[in-house]
Amino acid sequence: MTFRPARQMIRRVAVQAIPTIFGIVALNFLLLNLMPGDAADAIAGMSGSATVETMEALRKSLGLDQSLITRFITYATGVVSFNFGTSSHYGAPVIDVIMGRLPNTLLLMLSAFFVAVTLGIVLGWIMAIFANKWLDRLLTAIVLLLYSAPGFWIGLMAIVLFSAHLGWLPSGGSETIGVEMTGLALARDRILHLILPALALATFFVAIYARLTRAAMLEVLRQDFMRAATAKGLHPLALQFRHALRNALIPVTTVAGLHLANLLSGAVVVETVFNWPGLGRLTMDSLAARDFNVLLGILLLSSIIVIVTNVIIDWVVMWLDPRIEI
Amino acid sequence: MTDVVADNSDSPIAGSVKAATSIMGTKRRALLVWLRDPFLCVATVLLIGVIAIAMAARLIYPTDPLDMVAPPLLWPGQDMDYPLGTDALGRDLAAGIVHGARVSLLVGFFAAFIGLVIGTTIGALAGYFGGIVDNLLVRLTELFQTIPAILLVIVILAIGNPSVFLIVLSIGLASWPMIARLARSQFMALREADFVMAARGLGYGTPRIIVREILPNALPTIVVATSVLVANGILAEAGLSFLNLGDPNQVSWGSLIGNGRTMLRTEWYLTALPGLAIILTVLSINIIGDRLTDILNPRSATR
Repeated sequence: MTFRPARQMIRRVAVQAIPTIFGIVALNFLLLNLMPGDAADAIAGMSGSATVETMEALRKSLGLDQSLITRFITYATGVVSFNFGTSSHYGAPVIDVIMGRLPNTLLLMLSAFFVAVTLGIVLGWIMAIFANKWLDRLLTAIVLLLYSAPGFWIGLMAIVLFSAHLGWLPSGGSETIGVEMTGLALARDRILHLILPALALATFFVAIYARLTRAAMLEVLRQDFMRAATAKGLHPLALQFRHALRNALIPVTTVAGLHLANLLSGAVVVETVFNWPGLGRLTMDSLAARDFNVLLGILLLSSIIVIVTNVIIDWVVMWLDPRIEI
Repeated sequence: MTDVVADNSDSPIAGSVKAATSIMGTKRRALLVWLRDPFLCVATVLLIGVIAIAMAARLIYPTDPLDMVAPPLLWPGQDMDYPLGTDALGRDLAAGIVHGARVSLLVGFFAAFIGLVIGTTIGALAGYFGGIVDNLLVRLTELFQTIPAILLVIVILAIGNPSVFLIVLSIGLASWPMIARLARSQFMALREADFVMAARGLGYGTPRIIVREILPNALPTIVVATSVLVANGILAEAGLSFLNLGDPNQVSWGSLIGNGRTMLRTEWYLTALPGLAIILTVLSINIIGDRLTDILNPRSATR
């Protein structure tokens, strides 16, 4: 019996995840190649003028003279061996360029995700316990406000308040530049730089999880098994934790997986606000340089991250509710 | 950007079936709820106000909001001819916000409409036919949900020529999966309903059953869920214009925030005020959407 979930996981990866990844590779490649202008145009544009011969030589060196299908096959076979091609802008393998920035974005995303889930569940739980009392109404209004505000704007306003006026937190970057720090001082510096971007990215998702948790908790509290547990004299805290919260967590966990792609999208804008050296900044830089291979790599790698995390989340949901099969 | 309504996609079904059977009762109840709920009243008035301002923008401020009309960096209230102040180039911020409402609402509503049409079509086909059609369409939906949508939109906009049309199209193309999931669950539930069986017994064709029988019953729930797409479309447009990926010839709330950012530390009102415009608009859309969901789905009305 214990092997069943594992076998299901393998089947899911083989039947769903791999075709999805292939579909994304094909879609991204087609989309970018159907657009007017290519890397040779961009390189020529930056260096001023270029003759027809130079352009042809340039296209040949970048492999752009081959047919679309040949280029796709070359690209797709490369992807299988984690070879995403060479960046035309940085002149380095795409995988190296991306891996240099990925840790920063993951740090930002995971911090925001952690804040969003914890704060969202706690807020939603409080709202459900005090349902329709003044505290619930106040929190509902605040949560709706967070849900309606652009995260990057909240970030900008936070810079005005906490950096410009109060001077408590740095306004951008991921660490203080030009100061040699080690150990605890370095960790403190990085955390201080992380607080505002992570909170700005988290606000929208805090609102979503708070609303979801509140609705799910109210739904669970109405169930018969809750009345039965109360009747048998279960301690109120055990009732809340073991029965109510555990069941209310299922919708939140399921949805959290779907939101990863959105979280990554949000990170692009928030990174720009805070000059955070991650994938978002790399995207903007690569766009200016029309560095297609890097763009394809970012899109593909971020999609793979989302797929892998979703497989893990399915596992968590199955653990929370053994009735669910995937 | 995000799908809240799709998450409890199984619950609104009961609501819409009920709504279909007692449309008259629902209408009367809806009006009562509307009048009794101060939040809903304020939100509706606000949204109508924003729409009116957007439509009358050329009457209120006939000149191009990108024109320099006054001394630069006037603070709000400093000169009552320019009540919200001016930016570094002496452009009237009030005129910018009024004209920006046009782009924001246009993008929000039309992108949501595209998402509604694509999502309903795909969801209807998947839910009604089931089997291999369903399997393929669900896979397609998952594919679009896996790709970070804004990242894809950014790439499309940066490579193509940024125009309001392209922004609408790309946000619409990125936002349909949530509607498709909801429409699918609605159609799956409704295809077994008695009135559909009756229609089949009368010998109606499949297209007629889908469009004339099931769709009218599924649509109220789906349309209400689309309010989230409008709200998120406005937020997405703001983000894109903020990144300087919007139409350079059009003022939008996002581009105003982006322009004000360079003077964030001193003239922060240039960033704050357009953001407030976004919040008020999106907030009123969300309040209206929330309350309409409650009306359609009495089970969730736990307030």
